[in-house]
Amino acid sequence: MATVLHKEFIIERDDYDNAGNASSRIKQTLAQLGVPSPILRRIAVAAYEAEINMIIHAWGGKITVDVDDTGKIRIEFRDPGPGIPDLSKALTPGWSTASPKARELGFGAGMGLPNIKRVSDDFDIKSSPEGTTLTLGFNAL
Amino acid sequence: MKCHEIVEALGGKIVACSDESLLDKEYETAFATDLMSDALALIQDSPETTVLITGLCNPQSLRTAEMLDVGMIVFVRGKKLSDDLIEIAKGMDTVVATSPFTMYETCGNLYMLGLGGIYGYSAS
Repeated sequence: MATVLHKEFIIERDDYDNAGNASSRIKQTLAQLGVPSPILRRIAVAAYEAEINMIIHAWGGKITVDVDDTGKIRIEFRDPGPGIPDLSKALTPGWSTASPKARELGFGAGMGLPNIKRVSDDFDIKSSPEGTTLTLGFNAL
Repeated sequence: MKCHEIVEALGGKIVACSDESLLDKEYETAFATDLMSDALALIQDSPETTVLITGLCNPQSLRTAEMLDVGMIVFVRGKKLSDDLIEIAKGMDTVVATSPFTMYETCGNLYMLGLGGIYGYSAS
């Protein structure tokens, strides 16, 4: 199994103006690799929701994209905190702690994590006050 | 309805269109919201032939359309897009238009002309 693509994107804290830029670049990059549209759309939706979460809930972070030659795509979203106090609630549709600023952007309906889980083939999330790591897997072949 | 028919029916304006041929593209459904979380969660089938109608005039509505592959976005109440937004819109395959009507009136007009909802309801 060989790595076909490895990319990292730094997400700055409170960088509302550029929210979505990394996801847009991820989508374009994976499209160039030939990832089929329906899968690409699922990846883009998950990446965008997770990127927005890093900006509106966390203190920024790093997105790492890895693609191997079997068509497996792994995207990790790692932030430095403050963590999700109650993961089971955060995974419940409609539950939200979003700020008024997040709602101004059109987010904060409590649909983010449930929607990410819905569109991903593999979903893993770990959170503590030191940070949250969300790892998603997609099968592109 | 074709893209240009939608704009004409609303008396709207095209703000950004990267390819003239996109104006002849046919649309079957529309989804109206100011909540992009809802659009990302609910527009699942045939986003390419779905029009996103919104009053949320910021980069997030354009990015949402881009991530979903939504073919057309209509900003209601004649909202004027900033130069930054227009630049983002020009780099997308999504046609961006405005409607002089409120969201309710925009939806009502298009619904009566045959553009259905994503759950299958339509006037025809």
